[in-house]
Amino acid sequence: MTTPAATLDVRDLKTHFFTKAGVARAVDGVSFTVGKGEVVGLVGESGSGKSVTGFSIIGLVDPPGRVVSGEVLFKGQNLIGLDPEQMRRLRGDRIAMIFQDPMMTLNPVLRVDTQMVETIRAHDSSVSKADALARARDALGQVGIPAPDERLRSYPHQFSGGMRQRVAIAIALLNKPDLIIADEPTTALDVTIQGQILYEAQKLCRETGTSMIWITHDLAVVAGLADKICVMYGGRIVEQGGIDDVLDHPVHPYTRGLLGSVPGHNTRGQRLYQIPGMAPSLLNLPEGCAFQARCPRADAACGVEPSITEPVPGRAVRCFHPHLDQDEEIGA
Amino acid sequence: MSQTMLQIDNLTRNFVKKLDLAGRIAQKLGADIREEVVHAVDGVSLSIDKGGVVGLVGESGCGKSTLGRMIAGILPPTSGRIVYKDVALTDMNPLEAKRAALEIQMIFQDPFASLNPRMRVIDIIGEAPVAHGFIKPSEMQDYVSDVMRRVGLDPDYRRRYPHQFSGGQRQRIGIARALAVKPEFLVCDEAIAALDVSIQAQVINLFMDLREDLDLTYLFISHDLSVVEHISDRVVIMYLGRIVEIAETDDLFDAPNHPYTVALLNEVPRVDQRGLDYKPVEDEIPSPLDPPSGCHFHPRCPHATDRCKAERPQLREIAPKRWSACHLNDGT
Repeated sequence: MTTPAATLDVRDLKTHFFTKAGVARAVDGVSFTVGKGEVVGLVGESGSGKSVTGFSIIGLVDPPGRVVSGEVLFKGQNLIGLDPEQMRRLRGDRIAMIFQDPMMTLNPVLRVDTQMVETIRAHDSSVSKADALARARDALGQVGIPAPDERLRSYPHQFSGGMRQRVAIAIALLNKPDLIIADEPTTALDVTIQGQILYEAQKLCRETGTSMIWITHDLAVVAGLADKICVMYGGRIVEQGGIDDVLDHPVHPYTRGLLGSVPGHNTRGQRLYQIPGMAPSLLNLPEGCAFQARCPRADAACGVEPSITEPVPGRAVRCFHPHLDQDEEIGA
Repeated sequence: MSQTMLQIDNLTRNFVKKLDLAGRIAQKLGADIREEVVHAVDGVSLSIDKGGVVGLVGESGCGKSTLGRMIAGILPPTSGRIVYKDVALTDMNPLEAKRAALEIQMIFQDPFASLNPRMRVIDIIGEAPVAHGFIKPSEMQDYVSDVMRRVGLDPDYRRRYPHQFSGGQRQRIGIARALAVKPEFLVCDEAIAALDVSIQAQVINLFMDLREDLDLTYLFISHDLSVVEHISDRVVIMYLGRIVEIAETDDLFDAPNHPYTVALLNEVPRVDQRGLDYKPVEDEIPSPLDPPSGCHFHPRCPHATDRCKAERPQLREIAPKRWSACHLNDGT
């Protein structure tokens, strides 16, 4: 599925955490690509490794975690093993990240203008302060903050949650990055505010050609925004493909179960499909397929780790028993 | 159906921030300082039928949790009446009041914060029924095992502490604790918001099963419209302390009346909507400290007129079983 113009090409990435209780394979052989201007949704439940994937790409995995193997090719350059100084130059400049809680990522004792000017000048000291301020103001305007001149002189606590997230997005935009990694950026926000942020994100990708990885647990958010979707479970991408293909015709039993358990207007009064059991601990994943204990189709073959196959054109699936007949009931 | 379980008349709850000494002196000297009053719930009337599931939806700060807490008896109202089974809570004799308090139980959002970490599950669930004389202390083991089985927990775990359970299991403990005193009315305040999608589906199904088995009535408070649509018979929409619309679930989702409801429904991401062009509602949710005049929604409403700025719209029945608080329904 690799296109020559891919902004990001992640190949067989493995990030493990070496804890006292054992090795947690948080990310265990993840491969995907992000094209120019493309939005890729990385979906999974708690502990599926979706955030660690994001952190691994941008080089922010803290000990006891370590990227064990794999390649992260960003415009052809491998980011794994890059020396810290070079990585620092890329981070915040070519690759930016937006986090779930903007209160944790903005410095509470610095005014917004100080933080924004700093971000620009840290990567290009030749920019004058006045020019940097002008760029900061433009960026705030771009994400829909009213009266940006005034707001530049405010402290983070003077903003509401939605506005703070906009400031965080504006900072991510400052240096016109090629790739933005957004880790659950709207989870803490109200529905109408989430709509506003999604609108800004979408506008941004369309207008500037910025690529985006949108990490979330909410399938519905990804459905409206992404071009491509990767569903993660137990540290692996179990299914990936075009957004319409995967959501309309999921072939992995986990994806099918997940979609079946989303309540909505088609499910009124009916029982939701429930995936039995709960997500396994990353410390003692079963041999083979991580989903086998909860999977209705599991059999002896699942004791071996399934490799990536392409049961349907354009789809990458890790499963021995994909649902090729879409009329079958979920859970069959 | 149609036997009224709970009736709320013109219920109001204000939170007042009292002036400190310096403030009072400044006020005496003629400074323009007043006590800050938040109208968390502002003249809300509502009735809930026996056996029904009423969904209460709104964004942060709309007063939905405050309303739930008043109904559950945790928070006394500033004014207005709560009538439970034809008797106002304030007019009850102590015996009746105690019975009502037991029959109305609440399930909280955060299963980490609402369970005492130093108590074993058997004591968490068994304490109340023993204290209120439902069972003798010697019967506690069997009784707790029964309740645990009912909510899908293994009774063998009854001697464990809350931290030994996962989030979904902990929420089941919270549900078991509420069920242990044989309630008839459950107030669920964001009871599934903290859970993963697949676990969410399990708990929603559990709520529906319990409703049938035990003939329960629910007030289901949530910010998540898809969950409310799935589970409720009737939906109440709140905005800044007031109810803006009440309707049967199908009517509301097929043809929302109030402009705020329309906006909210447009903003809800859905799995079956792809590649959206987001058209977000303008502006932020106003501060409840200083709500807009007239209709609270008018600064964000695309149809606002001068009348909306001046006059508070009353909740009126615009069709059978359907109420809305909007001046537009007057045809002006």
